[in-house]
Amino acid sequence: MSIALFQPIDIVLIIIAFWLTLGLLSPFSHRSVGPVTRWVMPASALASGALLAAGLFALAQPPETAILPLGLPGLPFHLRLDPLSAFFLVLEGGSSFGISLYSAGYFQQMKPRQLGILSLEYHLFLASMALIFLADDAYLFMVAWELMALSSYFLVTTDHEVGEIRAAGYLYLLIAHIGALGILLCFGVLHGTHGDYTFDSMRAATQTPFWATVAFLLALFGFGAKAGMLPLHVWLPEAHPAAPSPVSALMSGIMLKTAIYGLLRVTFDLLHIQIWWWGALTLGLGLLSALFGVLFAAVQTDMKRLLAYSSIENIGIILVGVGLTILFHAYDMGLLAALALAATLYHALNHAFFKGLLFLGTGSVLHATGERNLGRLGGLIHRMPWVAVLSLVGVLAMAGLPPLNGFVSEWLMLQAFLLTPSVPHAYLNMMVPIAAGALVLASATAAYVLVKFYGIVFLGQPREPRLEHAHDAGWWERAGLAWLALGCILLGLFPVFVIIALDNVTQSLVAQGLAASASAHGWFFLTPVSPARASYSPVFFLGVVLLVVVLTFLAVRRFYHGRLRRDAPWDCGFPAQNARMQDTAEGFGQPIRQIFEPAFKMTRQLPSAFDEHPHYAVSVADRFWYALYAPIARLAERISGLIGLIQHGRIHLYLLYSFGTLLLLLFFVR
Amino acid sequence: MTHTTGILFQLAQSVGVVLLAPLWLGWVNQWRAWLQNGTGPGVLQPYRTMGKLFAKDAVLAHNASPLFRATPYILFGCMWLAAAIVPILATDLPFAPAADVIALVGVFALARVFMALAAMDVGTAFGSLGARREMLVAFLAEPALLMVFFNASLISHSTSLTTIVGVLAHRQFAIYPGMAFSGVAFVMVLLAENARIPVDNPATHLELTMIHEAMILEYSARHLALIEWASALKLLTYTAIGIALFLPWGIAPAGDWGALPLSLALLALKLCVLGAALAGLETLSAKVRIFRAPEFLGTAFLLGVLGMLNYFLIGA
Repeated sequence: MSIALFQPIDIVLIIIAFWLTLGLLSPFSHRSVGPVTRWVMPASALASGALLAAGLFALAQPPETAILPLGLPGLPFHLRLDPLSAFFLVLEGGSSFGISLYSAGYFQQMKPRQLGILSLEYHLFLASMALIFLADDAYLFMVAWELMALSSYFLVTTDHEVGEIRAAGYLYLLIAHIGALGILLCFGVLHGTHGDYTFDSMRAATQTPFWATVAFLLALFGFGAKAGMLPLHVWLPEAHPAAPSPVSALMSGIMLKTAIYGLLRVTFDLLHIQIWWWGALTLGLGLLSALFGVLFAAVQTDMKRLLAYSSIENIGIILVGVGLTILFHAYDMGLLAALALAATLYHALNHAFFKGLLFLGTGSVLHATGERNLGRLGGLIHRMPWVAVLSLVGVLAMAGLPPLNGFVSEWLMLQAFLLTPSVPHAYLNMMVPIAAGALVLASATAAYVLVKFYGIVFLGQPREPRLEHAHDAGWWERAGLAWLALGCILLGLFPVFVIIALDNVTQSLVAQGLAASASAHGWFFLTPVSPARASYSPVFFLGVVLLVVVLTFLAVRRFYHGRLRRDAPWDCGFPAQNARMQDTAEGFGQPIRQIFEPAFKMTRQLPSAFDEHPHYAVSVADRFWYALYAPIARLAERISGLIGLIQHGRIHLYLLYSFGTLLLLLFFVR
Repeated sequence: MTHTTGILFQLAQSVGVVLLAPLWLGWVNQWRAWLQNGTGPGVLQPYRTMGKLFAKDAVLAHNASPLFRATPYILFGCMWLAAAIVPILATDLPFAPAADVIALVGVFALARVFMALAAMDVGTAFGSLGARREMLVAFLAEPALLMVFFNASLISHSTSLTTIVGVLAHRQFAIYPGMAFSGVAFVMVLLAENARIPVDNPATHLELTMIHEAMILEYSARHLALIEWASALKLLTYTAIGIALFLPWGIAPAGDWGALPLSLALLALKLCVLGAALAGLETLSAKVRIFRAPEFLGTAFLLGVLGMLNYFLIGA
């Protein structure tokens, strides 16, 4: 079946070509920003909308393939659009629609020349991610993967005049390439010695358990580096805050998910077997990432760094889901694997929406106040009501609160955890529910982090006088934020439709769907396994709470009164209070620093009781950096130092080296 | 039984619980007064306080936002929903499929996050202090609470509260060994989540130690009344969950309307005894420092885990 003339895959290719054209045209508008903000970005948003529609359509279709006669001679690009690709295209389209709309407003104050280049990189980035989801051979996959890494590197270093941003970009590029090396080797192992580098021939090949394990571990390493999995996460909190906010939203919302896509593709599509301990390993690393991310998020003082650490947490939760899926699938428990996979994909989709929303919200705050430091914000709900209300939706969704979307995916994941007692492995049985406890700890701490984030930025009194002049976001920005907020609400209220849409994906990866059992009670009640086992109805939930709220409000007015008087805050009668007496970001993170002290490397400067000018400072550093990265960096420097010994800069010595090498080679080749 | 009578019963339960929650709080306070050699204001005191508060004019800080005004109503709505889905008298609740135990934890979390945000809204020193402490206690208590619920779910193969209670009540006057550990853990979580001693003291207004009271300092009149009412409702709902999980005997099974009078009498008895016990517990223990709270809740979590390990070791 086709939409009029075109197959969905053709439409996706047209969208990619359209994005590339938009990107290539943008640098020509170097006199004014108008063409890019007024035409290119809205057109790009339309293309995202089309991608969303094409993806939704393709979700219900059997896989399609195409061959593009591009690339090297005799090595064309193979493309394939199956339900898994379609799902990730939906994620990309849905999230980038809002982000591009927002960009149309956000970039209006940029220098025209800089914006033209940025728009080129932005659209290359979008197109390369869509290509990754379509790639059906290792060659195109790696080309698109590198294109994504490079375009995002240039986006991160948009403000390359700042030294820290250049350093962040370098770290990002380095780890991206170490990861890419892992992926390349993984494809090498999968390819073995036979056939070509198409995914089709990899699917056809069978691996011994040993080589399958090698391939899986390489994939986990390579994709984990891109996803920000522990201990390969160090680039993430540096690179995300460095980029302009819409780019952070794209990177966190969509780019991290390309790694999840790759991991799922290799594990469930290209490999034939799964071994249970792969799942346990992924689950463990996921839990570590989740806990690490959320604890570090709690002690941050920069809005965007806080969100970046929270991305590590969410990627951790997604990896926990991947681990559970592998575990269940390795034991041939189809329905449970489908449940865990659905929860994983659902969370990936949710994260794209709420994290995108919050990154864009910080962008608006940054534009309105010029401030990213939580300690200098406050009270913005009065000055920026639109951004405040829409961000509240994102905050509640990310804190995993019903009836929004973050809750649904965490709920599904906990249901999957509760079904592990049927795993035929006594030790795992005991460990897995405790892992569920750790997951709950991570998501409950996320609520702490978000109360801190929202409370300090938007509530309370302005901590700086100039915040009084902050202005609300423009209409384009509001439209982008509103779209993502709407996504959070709809994905939260109608989970059954999402599960039904995911049916084909789980069918194709773990040969089992959830649609039949999940919708057994109609769209109103979500019943993932059976109604007696568990059910949840967000619409009902919201309905009852709203009804009670309205009835209570009316009853209070009817039986009593609505009289109201405004006065100064009471605060236990303390007379001399000012805005600086509110909790700072450091203060709000203090309990976490104290309770989880061993997790942080802290340097504190405490004033004594007799200081004339007391000064308090605390800085929190990542132990991984000192324990893992710094030794590797030192080792690399020492090795390069050794190589430096033979480097003199004298031509006759170099000729001698060449001569010696030649002799040595002759000795062996002879 | 028709569907209509079920819904009528559901409405009766939720309205009844909402109306009686302050009475039970009064009962607990009265017992505490007696145990501490006081006379006590009588069990009806919470109603009198709320009546007075509703009649007063509300005073709002100059910079209070709409979020601040909406929070008491949202809090009340969340607690109403929680009270409606816990099987208190009978396991036959038409509203119950809307939310299982995990969603129930979610309702409490939603209410708590709004409360903490409202506390930070005016921007006073005590408000943000209270919000921070409340969220601290909450993120430590939530895993422990879910361990308790997971243990019950593992035994009953369900996270739906009505099914759990149905399975647990089936065993006459005996309790699953793992549930004994969970019971202790649950009591500890109940104390922490409802701002009772030893984590918080509902009777204190000593600035440096308060948690819940610090958050509601800026509220007055009808807003304060609704918050107090919601707190009473939360305490009663938590106790009802405890009764449903650990003392479920006598609850009316689905469709058995003849069992209701007995169920009601037993419930009243259980609540009377538990209220006195709660007051006794509070009288006997002292409030701990805020940074001892993680140890307290860590113990609760470990007890919950032990209960669950019990399930895996002996299968019950």
